[in-house]
Amino acid sequence: MAVPRLLRAGKRQLPGPAQPFPSRSPRVTSVFFSPQQPRGSTAPYPYRPRQQPQRPGPASQLSFCKHSKRKLISFSLLLSDVDDKLLTMPLSHPDYFNVKELFSLKDLFDARVHLGHKKGCRHRFMEPYIFGCRLDQDIIDLDQTMEHLQLALNFTAHIAYRRGIILFVSRKRQFCHLVESTARECGEYAHTRYWQGGLLTNAHSHFGTGVRLPDLLIFLSSLNNVFEPHVAIRDAAKMNIPTVGVVDTNCNPCLITYPIPGNDDSPSAMELYCKLFKMTIIRAKDKRKQNEAFEELRSKAEGK
Amino acid sequence: LRLIYTTTTVQRKNIGASGPEKYTEEFIKKQIEEFNLGKRHLANMMGEDPETFTQEDIDRAIAYLFPSGLFDKQARPIMKHPTEIFPEQRKIQWGEDGRPFHFLFYTGKQSYYSLMHETYEKFLNVQNYQDQLLAQDLLPQKEKRNLAGSRWLTKIELEEMLLEKLSDDDYSRFIQLLQKLMTLPCGDMEEKYIQKFSREVPAQLQKVVIEPLKYDERGVAFSTGEGKRKTAKATAVVYDNGTGKITVNGIDVLHYFPVLQDREQLLFPFQFLGRVGKHDMICTVSGGGRSAQAGAIRLASAKALKSFVTEKEVEFMRQAGLLTYDPRVRERKKPGQEGARRKFTWKKR
Repeated sequence: MAVPRLLRAGKRQLPGPAQPFPSRSPRVTSVFFSPQQPRGSTAPYPYRPRQQPQRPGPASQLSFCKHSKRKLISFSLLLSDVDDKLLTMPLSHPDYFNVKELFSLKDLFDARVHLGHKKGCRHRFMEPYIFGCRLDQDIIDLDQTMEHLQLALNFTAHIAYRRGIILFVSRKRQFCHLVESTARECGEYAHTRYWQGGLLTNAHSHFGTGVRLPDLLIFLSSLNNVFEPHVAIRDAAKMNIPTVGVVDTNCNPCLITYPIPGNDDSPSAMELYCKLFKMTIIRAKDKRKQNEAFEELRSKAEGK
Repeated sequence: LRLIYTTTTVQRKNIGASGPEKYTEEFIKKQIEEFNLGKRHLANMMGEDPETFTQEDIDRAIAYLFPSGLFDKQARPIMKHPTEIFPEQRKIQWGEDGRPFHFLFYTGKQSYYSLMHETYEKFLNVQNYQDQLLAQDLLPQKEKRNLAGSRWLTKIELEEMLLEKLSDDDYSRFIQLLQKLMTLPCGDMEEKYIQKFSREVPAQLQKVVIEPLKYDERGVAFSTGEGKRKTAKATAVVYDNGTGKITVNGIDVLHYFPVLQDREQLLFPFQFLGRVGKHDMICTVSGGGRSAQAGAIRLASAKALKSFVTEKEVEFMRQAGLLTYDPRVRERKKPGQEGARRKFTWKKR
């Protein structure tokens, strides 16, 4: 801990973040997701704080994975070595589910993901992601979008592999049906209607005791119908739920864990995002089934 | 053991705040078992066969064994199947691992929103089909469908169907979506789906009995009708091939009803059907006052005219209110007031 030094004018230098916010890698700092605090919505299963083995694994993006793993472990009834292996196998390499091959820069360009809003609508915190401005219209930097999209898809794949609950949120009326159909087809959940206050923060009142909250929120449009940030972003942050969100040039990327700078108004862009998320989730679930079958066969062979 | 006297004020917890009572599945199952056992015991008590003991037998047995002098039928002892007594409730919405069953669970109103989702999907399908036909120029012309016989589900019926509370706004949105679906040219594709949400409104005509015409010695067709209004009772005999002469209690109408308003009331049924000078009428009336007698004769003559006229015109008469008994009677005076409604003059001091 740095000893606070007295600066000019009597102000103390406090040990704060080194980079000014927003930074080039604009993820919310991991302080926010401290693994020690249990979530508010746990069912009466035993909470087992297991010590995770230190692995020189992929980047800190998976620190959230560990947290969600701990959370999810508390839901499984009995944890054996086989389950342990199943859950740690995907952490062995950075792109276990190979999400890079699902899309290319050309696909993003063809789906008009790079088109932002006009200069006047620009949000100050989106300036790092904007490539430039042509005839007053902002153009989003697709190289950055590629990186962010890969990280986000990888994260969703890991959550889906660990049988987490994924909730798709969007308040765009034109794409409400598309988002709900996507959610239904991958076996996950959607909320594209009016967000009743306290759905996440006051879940026991709304749904009853013992309800399980979503483990990931995917925002296909992070604004609501009055062009304000969606309440669910703040509520998910309050309830320690990681978020993935498509942020347009007029949105605030602050509280979203894995923002994806991109267009959220064109039908082609939305269809592309839905297709990508659906493919990753289905792929992750199939991989899980495969791994489970494989482990079962192996344990049977060893048992004999 | 000393019994300590406690009052309800000792209970701190607010019982009403936890909402309506929730019944678990095991509880309902236990109730059903107890009901079946009780049914067999009852049959044995009554000396009848337990296998063929129906609900009506149960009702009769209970009424015999537990005679009650209470006026309200619903306050008397009943023994019915638990599904009729306990209201239908939603079961737990998620499985053992905690994952909810329905994909719209986290919205709060899952049945309503899934209904909207389905209806919108059908709407999109119909639109796509229409676009395909339009591309080939095969769009069929929409015939006007008669909607007089059907109505949409009411909000309460929809709530019962979905087992969920709805707001007025939600309900109106759903009905608007259904109407939009129906007005599309190719909307007939989804007729079965739309019919789930519409109910038939049978025209009242089926309950109305129209008597045949009778013929007197001269061969003239006539028909009788009876009418009441307040305390007045009237019978009217309407003859065909007439000149519009009306006789009341043997006296001509102009002398019996000097006031124009009463005579207009008598003429109203004829004027409505356009038969002012074509029928003769002989009526007898007793009781009531001037206006009540006129109203009674009007009802009686309208009922008599039913036999002369087509079914459609009878329905028009019914909708005009000519065939309905006027239920208004004199309201009683209450104590502490000067009349039925008028209060005594209020004095400040």
